Amino acid sequence: MQNTIRETRIRTILFKVLVYTFLVGFAIFVLIPFYWMVLTSLKSFQQVRTEVPPSLIIGLKDIRFLENYASAWNAAPYYQYMLRTVAVAAISTTGTIFTTIFAAFAFARLNFKGRDFLFLALISTMMIPGEMFVITNYITVSNLGWYSPLGQTQTEAFLALTMPFMTSVFYLFFLRQAFKQIPDELYLAAKVDGTSDWKYLWKIMVPIASPTIITIVILNAMGTWSAYIWPKLVATEYPLVTNGLREAYQDFFGMVNYSQQMAAALIVTLPLLIVFMFLKKYIMRGVSRSGIKG
Amino acid sequence: MLERQNNLKALFYLAPAMVLLSVFTFYPLFNAFFLAFLRDYEFLLRSAKGFTLFGNFKNVITDPDFGIAMKNTSIITFISVPISVIIALLISVALNSVKKLQGAFQTIFFLPYVTNAIAIGMAFAFIFHADYGLLNTILGWFGINPINWVGLNASWSNAMFALLVYTIWGGLAFKIMVFLSGLQSIDKQYYDAARVDATPRRRVLTKITIPLLSPMIFYITVTSFIGAFKAYRTIIGMFGETLRPPGTLSKDSLITIVGLVYDALAHADATGKMSEAAAASIILFSITMIFTLVQMQISKRRVHF
Repeated sequence: MQNTIRETRIRTILFKVLVYTFLVGFAIFVLIPFYWMVLTSLKSFQQVRTEVPPSLIIGLKDIRFLENYASAWNAAPYYQYMLRTVAVAAISTTGTIFTTIFAAFAFARLNFKGRDFLFLALISTMMIPGEMFVITNYITVSNLGWYSPLGQTQTEAFLALTMPFMTSVFYLFFLRQAFKQIPDELYLAAKVDGTSDWKYLWKIMVPIASPTIITIVILNAMGTWSAYIWPKLVATEYPLVTNGLREAYQDFFGMVNYSQQMAAALIVTLPLLIVFMFLKKYIMRGVSRSGIKG
Repeated sequence: MLERQNNLKALFYLAPAMVLLSVFTFYPLFNAFFLAFLRDYEFLLRSAKGFTLFGNFKNVITDPDFGIAMKNTSIITFISVPISVIIALLISVALNSVKKLQGAFQTIFFLPYVTNAIAIGMAFAFIFHADYGLLNTILGWFGINPINWVGLNASWSNAMFALLVYTIWGGLAFKIMVFLSGLQSIDKQYYDAARVDATPRRRVLTKITIPLLSPMIFYITVTSFIGAFKAYRTIIGMFGETLRPPGTLSKDSLITIVGLVYDALAHADATGKMSEAAAASIILFSITMIFTLVQMQISKRRVHF
């Protein structure tokens, strides 16, 4: 008896060790690209180019922080790209929030003709690959005069970058779910008190659903930060940060400057990581929920 | 409980979203079908010479790139998704069974979700660099000579391997999150009963956890198939706009179906190219639609325990 108890205890401990080893192994796998990015971005051009195989750690005295980051920062006008990206994100996110709040309210709270059919039609568009929309949107944006290969003004570029993203079926669906969870009694009580729908939406529903709204703001802004294809199509002269990444980081002789390239990659990745670290709760909840609801 | 019908009020609330969606979502959907059937559409002149039923589809399919794109897209989809689903499942089960450091692990595993596909693609390309890369350094410890993964004249299979590793890496976060929240919603009673019966861990996993999670596993697998079928940004991140290692021929390209759409769109000024982009996007849509229909059918019938 004593022996079997000891045996199960040992097995439990062994199992724990196994589980943690497995988790640590994959955690390392996940972290490696970040580590490699940071490490390379700190090495000098010379060190990266001459060390074969490369060293996996870096001595304090070998760190070339300023050199790489300053040159990466200057290789492309990142300051401009970032400001523009933030502005585009702010405009499209604000637009998305207002349009989805209104529409989600209508679908969750109001009764109107063809409501269920319309909602089903909207949901169905989520199954359609975005590429199908991009083709015509490119034509539309050109027809509206917001983009021409011959040139565009800053305002036109902003219109082209933001207008197609001022609303979102996915976020509308997501927000409607949050609105639906608010008990009807609250609405009836507000009605008895003579509260208008407009006031009820802004004073009751929006505050209650604010965690969901925050999630939408974060995910939408992060999406703009990582946008690559659309800006490349319709704002050739006004790139966003991610477009700047693929600009050549080559030296005079056409050799790729990897430390500079990795520094640039980190400059673009870091804001995302910082936002994630501070607002983890909202992002993770939003994602796991979107997976369940589908 | 809802108030009585009020169409005018609803219209007021719906208008902003509906106007935008009509212009940028509904109209493009119909227009894609319209474009795909135009004969010799000139984008610059906005004019076409009548209609053609299969002309543009034929142009897309007979292009040698189409076969290459289909092959690449299928390989990316049917290799990376099963592997990442299995790994994600194991990680989330492991994660769910530990108490210490669970939050820290969860944060780490979620990181790939919030990063930039292009930036991380560049980091991966450098991990796979023949001379300065991390992978060959590690392989060197075991006496393996440097392999040309993604460099000048790298072979298709090496480049594809590198891309698959990156794709699996990128796909883990979302799946782990969803599985973990699924695991946490499983009724604890099942596990208590298993403990009373002293059921071995392996049996708990195969007889309780996986069957109860099966609807979610199935759902995630199919949606991941659809997502992986739309692969494009990962390839740009690793290989740039050429979508292949430098120096290689177009037959060794890692182009995908989405790549075909954007390639055609990039040459939209040429005769008929806009229509070919539309045709390629409809082909993409049809394939993803098949996945969706299969999913709807099966989840209607089976999987529920």
